[in-house]
Amino acid sequence: MPEIPATSRRGLLFGTAAVSAGALLTACTSNEPKNAGTATGNAPAADATPGAPVTIGFAGPQADHGWLAAINANARQRAGKYADVTLEITEGSNDTAAQIGQIQTLINKKVDVLVILPADGKALTQVGLQAMKAGIPVVNLDRVFASPQAYRCWIGGDNYGMGLNAGRFIGEQLKDKPDAKVVELAGMDNLELTKQRTQGFDDALRNYPNIRKVARQAAEFTVESGQAKMAQLLQAQKQFDALWNHDDDQGVGALRAVQQAGRDDFLMVGGAGAKSAMDAIKAGNGVLKATVLYPPTMAASAIDLARALGQGMGVGGMAELEIPASVTLYSAVVTKDNVDQYLPTGFN
Amino acid sequence: MTQPASEAPPPPAVTPPAAKSARPALGLRADVRNLSLLGVLAVLVAVGGITRPDTFLDTSNLQLVLTQASVIGVVTVGMTFVITSGGIDLSVGAIVALASVWATTLATQEYGFAGVLFTAIVVGVACGLVNGLLIAYGGMVPFIATLAMLASARGLALQITDGRTQIVTVQPVLDLGVPDSYLLGLPPLVLVFAAVTVLGWLLLNRTTFGRRTVAVGGNAEAARLAGIDVRRQRLHLYLLSGLCCGIAAFLLVVLSGSGQNTNGNLYELDAIAAAIIGGTLLSGGRGTIVGSVLGVLVFTTITNIFALNNLESAVQQIAKGAIIVAAVLVQRGTLRDGEA
Repeated sequence: MPEIPATSRRGLLFGTAAVSAGALLTACTSNEPKNAGTATGNAPAADATPGAPVTIGFAGPQADHGWLAAINANARQRAGKYADVTLEITEGSNDTAAQIGQIQTLINKKVDVLVILPADGKALTQVGLQAMKAGIPVVNLDRVFASPQAYRCWIGGDNYGMGLNAGRFIGEQLKDKPDAKVVELAGMDNLELTKQRTQGFDDALRNYPNIRKVARQAAEFTVESGQAKMAQLLQAQKQFDALWNHDDDQGVGALRAVQQAGRDDFLMVGGAGAKSAMDAIKAGNGVLKATVLYPPTMAASAIDLARALGQGMGVGGMAELEIPASVTLYSAVVTKDNVDQYLPTGFN
Repeated sequence: MTQPASEAPPPPAVTPPAAKSARPALGLRADVRNLSLLGVLAVLVAVGGITRPDTFLDTSNLQLVLTQASVIGVVTVGMTFVITSGGIDLSVGAIVALASVWATTLATQEYGFAGVLFTAIVVGVACGLVNGLLIAYGGMVPFIATLAMLASARGLALQITDGRTQIVTVQPVLDLGVPDSYLLGLPPLVLVFAAVTVLGWLLLNRTTFGRRTVAVGGNAEAARLAGIDVRRQRLHLYLLSGLCCGIAAFLLVVLSGSGQNTNGNLYELDAIAAAIIGGTLLSGGRGTIVGSVLGVLVFTTITNIFALNNLESAVQQIAKGAIIVAAVLVQRGTLRDGEA
C-alpha cells in the first residue's frame, strides 16, 4: 500500500476504499461480523475516518518461521494504513526475560494501547497485568495469558477448530467409502496447540464411523522434520485415504516425501494457510486438496481492535459500545473452489 | 584401535579375531566396538523385522533408512576427525542451516545446479575456516569458538530467510532426490555418504594427515615436539568439518527440496553422540569412522522402527534414551570381556 497523505481528499477516498477492502478480507477470514455494511445504530464504531491519534506498542516473538513473519508484516501494513496510528514495534524475541523487558519499555514510553503476542503466554502474564495496572489496555494476540486480568481483549486462532474442520472436510470426502483410513502428521507434541488440533480432528472423525485413524506421528513444524516423518509414515502405511498435516511449513517437506515415494493415492489437508500450499491447491495436480486456516491476518485485526480501544470506539457492524473481550477466528477450509478468495492472505 | 597401521604398535590383548586380523583384507579393522555395535544393529534389524515383517525389510524402507542416515552421516564423519584430535564442533547444525539457506537463496534466483552445490560447499568451508582460525591461531577453546559460530550462523541463516521457507525450483537439484535417479537401487545421497565414509576412513587410517590427527588428539605437546605443525593441523580439521557440513547441506536441500533456517537442528548432539557411541574418544587420541557410521545407522534404524510401529513421540524419546544407554553398556561389556 502506498503512503496516503491524510490531507488529500482523494487520498482519503482511496484510503477508505483500501481499508474497507481490507475489512472485507478480514471478515472473510475471521468470524468477525460479516454484515459490516448494515449500520446498527447508536454505537460509535471505528472506521477509516481519522480520529484521535493512537500510539500502539507491538511486542511479538522472534519471527523464526513463515507464519510469525507474516504476523509482523500484517501488523506493520495495517498500522501504516491509518493516518492516526503510530506503531512502536519491538525486536522479536523468544527469550521470556527479553520480551518482558521490551514490554516494560513500551509501558514506560506510555503508549496508548499494547498488542502483545507473547512467546510464552503463561510466562508473560505478569507483565500483561503490569500494563493493565498502568492504565494501558492490552490486546492479547494468539497465545493467551494465564489471567483474564492481564488483557482487555484477546484475539487469536482456533486450534481445536482447525482439527475439527480438517476432520469434517476429510469426513465429508470419505463418508461413502467403507473402511476408510486416515493418517495424521502432527506438529510438536510438547505444545498445547498440537494436542488441541489433534483433539478437534479426533472429535470430528467420531461422526464418521467408517473412518479409522491408523497412524499419527509428530514432526517439529520444520521442512526437514516434515520430510523425515512423512517418509516414514508412507513406509509404515502402504495404503490410506487421507492425511491431515498440522502445518504447511512442515507440509513442504511432507509433500516432498510424497513425491519421493511416488504416492498419489490419498488426499491431503494442510494447516495454517501458506501461499505455497494455496498455490498447490489451486494447481490441483497433487495430493494437497485443502488447507485449514490459522490466519496471520489476526495481527491486522489486533491493530484494528487496539485502535478502536485507543479511540474508545466499538466494532463496526456490532451494537456494542465497546469492543468484545475475546475474538476467536474461524478456521476456514481453503479448497480449489475458494482458493482465489484466500490467496492474498497466504504467507511465504 | 585405529592407530595407523604403519605404526602398528603391538596390539594390546584384544579378542582373538581382532588380534589375528590386525589388517584385514578390506582394511576394515574388525574392532571389538564395531562388532558389538554391529550386534546392536543386528538386534534392531531383528526387532524391526519381527514387529513390521511386512515393511521393515522392503527395499524401499532400507533405501529410506540409508537416505535418512546420509545427511547426518556426512556431518558425523567430519565430527569424528575433530573429536579424534581432541576438539569439538558445536556449530555443525548451524553451518548446515546457513549453507542450505544461502544455497537455496541463490537457487531461487536460478543459479542452477552447480550454483547450489558450489554455494553450499563454499559456505561450509568458510565457516570451518573461521572456526579453525579462531581455535588454531586465535587460541580459543573449541567449545567456545564453535558455540559462537553456532549462534552467529543460525542468526545469519534467520536473517537471510527472514523466517521463510525457501522452496527450490531448480529441477536438476530436485531430480537428484527422487527414485528416477537411483543407481542400482541406491539413491545418490547414499552414494555420496558412502564415498565420504570411504574417503574419511582412508584419510584417518591410511595417511599422514590421519596419523597427525590421532597424535594431536593423544598428546598435542608431544605431537608438537615430534615436529607436527599442530596449529595448521587443527585449522585443517575444522576446515574438513566445515566441508562435510557443506556437503550435508547440499544433500539436505536435495532431500527436502528447500532451505530453512531450522535445518540441521541439533545435528551437533546427534553427530557427537554417534561418534562417541561408535568408539571415538571424547578426550581425543582415538577415532573410528566405521564406528561413527554404525552409530548413525543405529540411530536412524531406531527412528525408523519407532515410526513404523507408530509409537508416540514421548515413548520414542524415552525408548531412544534407554537404547543409547543399552548400546553403550553392551559395548563396555564386550570390551571388558575382551580386554580382561
